[in-house]
Amino acid sequence: MLSLESITKTTQDWLFAKFSPEIALTIECVIVILLCITLFAVLGLVLVLLERKVAARIQIRLGPNRVGPGGIFQTAADTLKLIMKEGLTPDSADKFLFNLAPFIVMMVAMLLLAPIAFAKNFQIWDINIGVLYISAVSSLSVIGILMAGWASNNKYSLLGAMRSGAQIVSYELSAGFAVLTIVVLTGSLRISDIVASQENGWWLFKGHIPVIIAFVLYIIAVTAETNRAPFDLAEAESELTAGFHTEYSGMKFALFFLAEYINIFIVCAIGATLFLGGWMPLHIGHWDGFNHIMDYIPSSVWFMGKTFFLIFVIMWFRWTFPRLRVDQLLNLEWKYLLPISLFNLLLVTVIAIMGWHF
Amino acid sequence: MFLKDYISDVYNGVASLLKGMRKTGYYFTHSKEIITEQYPDNRATLKLADRFKGEVVMPHDDNNEHTCTGCTACELACPNGTIKIITKFDVTPEGKKKKAIDAFIYRLEMCTLCNLCITACPSDAIKMVPNFEHSVFDRSKLTKVLNKPGSKIKEGIE
Repeated sequence: MLSLESITKTTQDWLFAKFSPEIALTIECVIVILLCITLFAVLGLVLVLLERKVAARIQIRLGPNRVGPGGIFQTAADTLKLIMKEGLTPDSADKFLFNLAPFIVMMVAMLLLAPIAFAKNFQIWDINIGVLYISAVSSLSVIGILMAGWASNNKYSLLGAMRSGAQIVSYELSAGFAVLTIVVLTGSLRISDIVASQENGWWLFKGHIPVIIAFVLYIIAVTAETNRAPFDLAEAESELTAGFHTEYSGMKFALFFLAEYINIFIVCAIGATLFLGGWMPLHIGHWDGFNHIMDYIPSSVWFMGKTFFLIFVIMWFRWTFPRLRVDQLLNLEWKYLLPISLFNLLLVTVIAIMGWHF
Repeated sequence: MFLKDYISDVYNGVASLLKGMRKTGYYFTHSKEIITEQYPDNRATLKLADRFKGEVVMPHDDNNEHTCTGCTACELACPNGTIKIITKFDVTPEGKKKKAIDAFIYRLEMCTLCNLCITACPSDAIKMVPNFEHSVFDRSKLTKVLNKPGSKIKEGIE
């Protein structure tokens, strides 16, 4: 059966048979880089279109429907326009930092792709501290945002960047605690171990109510971490024009825009891996026939399906909830999410020690 | 007591958020709710909202009769001087003189569609219609005479 696993294996065997190990490894790296960039480009186009379509349906509109059938080429046309536009750098901006910031944000998003298991045995880098790596690297994006806000030499950008900094630093805590609940249950930081531990059922179902609470906390925290509505104070259109990327135009703006959507994809992919079993098919107890049918659906389809479901939920949030004020935002984290996630972690630890989960 | 308030706070917050999501989720899954009109394409089947106000007209019935008495209440109510009523005196069969309109001049280019003239009219002689394709090449075409030529007031309207 043709699967991503067999394709990668054949490619690797062929490369190592043809070339010396060093050259083969280099070629593999180049292939991985190309695949990552392609994934980024495709995801950017697909997610922006999806967002616009979801927004339109929720607001009882039609959404883009003129460019191509059903408007599917709308984002491609937009990207073409952005490439054509001049990437203006303001006179009084710190030129070096200003031009560096979008690439930092983009690079952080790219680094986060490394430990994600896209399908069975289809992973760029299966490190033994995968979850720790993700939570460490994802907090770097705030540097790029602060850099953009500071270098723009614009009050809106600076305010937006500062808000974003406060927001990401606080919400990282509850996102980290939500991730920790699964680490406690699995006993491993390695992504492939976490996926393997969900073979007989996803943690969302196996871990009783505490894991469901952790899942909800995770979704809330990552919505805030990716600066999306209802937590989009960093770019709050009505208050700060566009927040930290007010001064950016052309392709540099597009990189910020793209990084936002890639970050959504990544946090949803991690959420799907931790709570919904990654590429694992849905297995229910001893229903062997049912489990067998589910196994026929390729693992990559399972992974993408779960990820896009979570992305849809986050988009649903965006077009339903009103934006929070800064004080409300910090209240929510420090007075509600953090105490609840601490207590929840304690509960999960008890469950894990006593072996009460399935 | 504090803990009870805290938990009910969280519960009420989550419940109200879910309520909102239920509404938007309903809109997402029901395409019949979409209200977008793809205007130039569906010009023939265009459906406009009832409250849409596009232009003031004076309805005439089959006998070319309207109900405007020429009382100029609309002219007085108009904040922009959009309406100008020129009156004349008709002679009734009994030989009495009766006031009637000669021309109901309506300047669409000055009208803000505020609906004040409609509410001021005591005999419901004018109304708003949802016409919106008002583009013309000459500005003077926007000055309209609302009463049709040869029209007269309906019997029994004072």
